[in-house]
Amino acid sequence: MLNEAEFVLIAREVKARTGAVISREMSGAAAVRLQPLARREGFSSVPELIAAARIRPDGALFNAIADNLAQSETRFFRDKQNFEKLRTDILPAAMQKRGHERVRVWSAACATGQEPYSIAMIVDDMRNDGLNPAIEIIATDLSERLLDKARSGLYTQFEVQRGLPIRKLIAHFEKAGDLWRIGDRLRASVKFERHNLLHHPGQLGQFDVIVLAHVLTSFDMATRASVLQRAAEVLAPDGVILIGAGETLPEDCEGLTLDSGAVRKADAARRAA
Amino acid sequence: MRRCLVVDDSRVIRKVARRILEDMRFEIEEAGDGLEALQACRRQMPEAILLDWTMPVMSGIDFLKQLRQEPGGDKPTVVFCTTENDVERIAEALKAGADEYMMKPFDGDILHSKFAEAGLI
Repeated sequence: MLNEAEFVLIAREVKARTGAVISREMSGAAAVRLQPLARREGFSSVPELIAAARIRPDGALFNAIADNLAQSETRFFRDKQNFEKLRTDILPAAMQKRGHERVRVWSAACATGQEPYSIAMIVDDMRNDGLNPAIEIIATDLSERLLDKARSGLYTQFEVQRGLPIRKLIAHFEKAGDLWRIGDRLRASVKFERHNLLHHPGQLGQFDVIVLAHVLTSFDMATRASVLQRAAEVLAPDGVILIGAGETLPEDCEGLTLDSGAVRKADAARRAA
Repeated sequence: MRRCLVVDDSRVIRKVARRILEDMRFEIEEAGDGLEALQACRRQMPEAILLDWTMPVMSGIDFLKQLRQEPGGDKPTVVFCTTENDVERIAEALKAGADEYMMKPFDGDILHSKFAEAGLI
């Protein structure tokens, strides 16, 4: 458990770097998650790590602390209905609109990669259905540590059993010792990049689909709205932002509407209706 | 309440699975090998079967092949639950009529996820 001063300091530095809000109830869990980092950095305890971070001028230790506290909870095909919608409705409609151009999908805050690889499997299903989907998948996260794992395409037996149907496991993965490695073709179909959702995503280009699921809840209300607004600014006019099951639009999200987990620009929703 | 037959020669595994599945509102029957499981199915076909592979008397895969030929044996949803984790073994189980496949060790989250995949919850 962190003491009050340590908690306040960590919460402030993490929020400044990632926008994530650390509540007091998470203080104990945060201390546990920082123990491996403290050991790696040569400190005998988390309080020693925090004390060193406080006096280190380049902020590198606070960056590492924020990275290690980054949200990493994910699973394959989390929110199954989102993937059903993608396969049967959203991606085919986007392909029709795009014609010969590629449809662009952004998996924002992808953590260890299960979400973008699930999208890649959906695209593969569409190919097997006789469609010829030209779809580019960009996946981003703030944490290089999580992105490294995502790029490796290596998952534990526990990870491949959460949400991944067995037929998809044997179709797309191979054993690699005690781990499972996603096939080269699927791995190559996802481009991973570092991006902080507190910054404007303009350099990533424009997207037809943005998956922004189970990340907004880690921010305070004002940050949720600004992250969503920035995402909407790189959304194609008829594009869709998918949020997580049970998540709602934050207040002050002008110009956006939510219907069954799909966020659209209000003028596009009116045109569709 | 739907019934699930838990087939495993380990009493500990059966107990753990029973606890999780009862929380998922299944009524549980247990069998210690494939032959006991077959006899239980002939008495009353369950909606779901959680099935180990390696067991004395009759293995899980032999039980499954036999089950699928029994009257009404196409009905139960079968989820393998085994330490066998080679792709070839998994493919063999699916070919024999398994609906899902779970590799040990497992926890409640994985069991829940696999039963959801199999359409049982």
